[in-house]
Amino acid sequence: MVIVAIWEVISKLGFFPVFMFPPLFIPSEGGGVTVMSTLISGILSGEILSATGVTLVRLLIGFSIAIVLGLTFGFLIARYKIVDDTLGFFVTALQSIPSIVWFPLAIVWFGLGNAAILFIVAIGATWTMTVNSSAGFKNVPSIYIDAAKTLGSSGTHLLRTIILPASVPHIISGLRVAWAFAWRAIMAGELLGSAGGLGYLLDLGRSTQAMDLVLSIMILIGVIGTIIDNQVFLRMEKTVARKWGLKA
Amino acid sequence: MKVHLDQVNKSFFKGKDDKLHVLDNIDFEIQEGEFVSLIGPSGCGKSTILKLIAGLDAPSSGEVKVNDAVVKGPGNDRVVVFQEGGLFPWMTVLENVTYGLHLKGSSKQAAHDKAMEGLRMVHLGNFTDAHPHELSGGMKQRVAIARSLVMDPDVLLMDEPFAALDEQTRLVLHKELQHIWAQTGKTILFITHNIREALTLSDRVLLMSTRPGAVKQQYEVQAARPRDPSDSVIVDLEKQVMAELEEEMEKVLKEEFGDDYNLEKSHVRDGDRSDMGSHI
Repeated sequence: MVIVAIWEVISKLGFFPVFMFPPLFIPSEGGGVTVMSTLISGILSGEILSATGVTLVRLLIGFSIAIVLGLTFGFLIARYKIVDDTLGFFVTALQSIPSIVWFPLAIVWFGLGNAAILFIVAIGATWTMTVNSSAGFKNVPSIYIDAAKTLGSSGTHLLRTIILPASVPHIISGLRVAWAFAWRAIMAGELLGSAGGLGYLLDLGRSTQAMDLVLSIMILIGVIGTIIDNQVFLRMEKTVARKWGLKA
Repeated sequence: MKVHLDQVNKSFFKGKDDKLHVLDNIDFEIQEGEFVSLIGPSGCGKSTILKLIAGLDAPSSGEVKVNDAVVKGPGNDRVVVFQEGGLFPWMTVLENVTYGLHLKGSSKQAAHDKAMEGLRMVHLGNFTDAHPHELSGGMKQRVAIARSLVMDPDVLLMDEPFAALDEQTRLVLHKELQHIWAQTGKTILFITHNIREALTLSDRVLLMSTRPGAVKQQYEVQAARPRDPSDSVIVDLEKQVMAELEEEMEKVLKEEFGDDYNLEKSHVRDGDRSDMGSHI
């Protein structure tokens, strides 16, 4: 609240032109722009909603690819020492490369567009997912595996019924971090060049010097991020914690 | 015979040339329907023997035979009850117990019925939908026992199943295990470091020496069942076993503390007699 109030006051004082520092709620002059009015009219006109849709679809596709790859790599690293020594080491290095750094390469490989963006979203989330899932697989208590084996389990049945579920706490925290990385990656990717998506709208706002648009999208991004974190990941963590009796 | 360990040796490699000889020429048999306990100081290789029989580990030399067939890997004819139960925390009690049954190919209904029968045998018929963390330590072990029994294994392997329980719970479970054993006639190998527990439950107790682990002595427990821990036969055997074990303990302590450790005569035996050997 305080921040909102200070923002309003600064915008009213007129140190900066309205386009640089637009008010949030109360227009500075009759019929002038505010961030809220832009956000609401953008949502009503469908412009912002369809951009959000485009972004979320890309995000989900890229994120799903990352989950599949991350789980596979993670399993191979945990299972085979040779993969751990080679790929495992490599992954740590790859993890420290911000995903947007891949963008020039992605443009050359896939052209400017959807595929390039999907690529950097996937690559941004894969390595974290790999690291977390391999930690999960490695830390499955051997007593569970031994118990399952003596009860007759082996092979893929053992993987599906014991190793995967036993790694779930690690995997969920991996998903959460990977999701955050994917968010960052897609914004960077869309800002730098594509048609459609929230990042593209941000760039449009910059080029038309409409900071009200930029700010309303920033608010939207924050809201979506919080909702997903709370509704999806926190809920998953809580369910698992309750089932396992880890904590309240 | 049901289980036969034939000249079994086991070594672990610590690094390239550093070899740790854990089991030295272990050779014993367990008859059908017999209840045998293995006792010995920590680190003597008791649990390793159990893992070899379970097929979770392979001997360095020698053979482990169950039903005259050489053990090649884990199988549901030899089920283990682990010290911490080894229940799967993400499954309910019922799912834990039916896990092995589904693997055996039982139909849903058959598995459910069999599991309920097993759970009722350990008095947990009302806890089918609970998750393991909601149960007490004793209840978890009951579930683990039920999970093993429903598999109808040829041999039940128990790896210090009651070690983490409090004394009262343990006494109750001793009674129940004897009852279950009498009812089902299973062949049981029971690992413990509690002398009284071993003597109360078993037909035969194998005492192991340590470093490397070997079977040092065996004792037939010829006391009437149901057992009473204050039975004179058991009390007398307890003294004998304790005296033997003391020697082994001294060996372990000497190795750990060096020559400046000097175990007084009967030092261990002067302790609290109510939990003889349970804290070795």
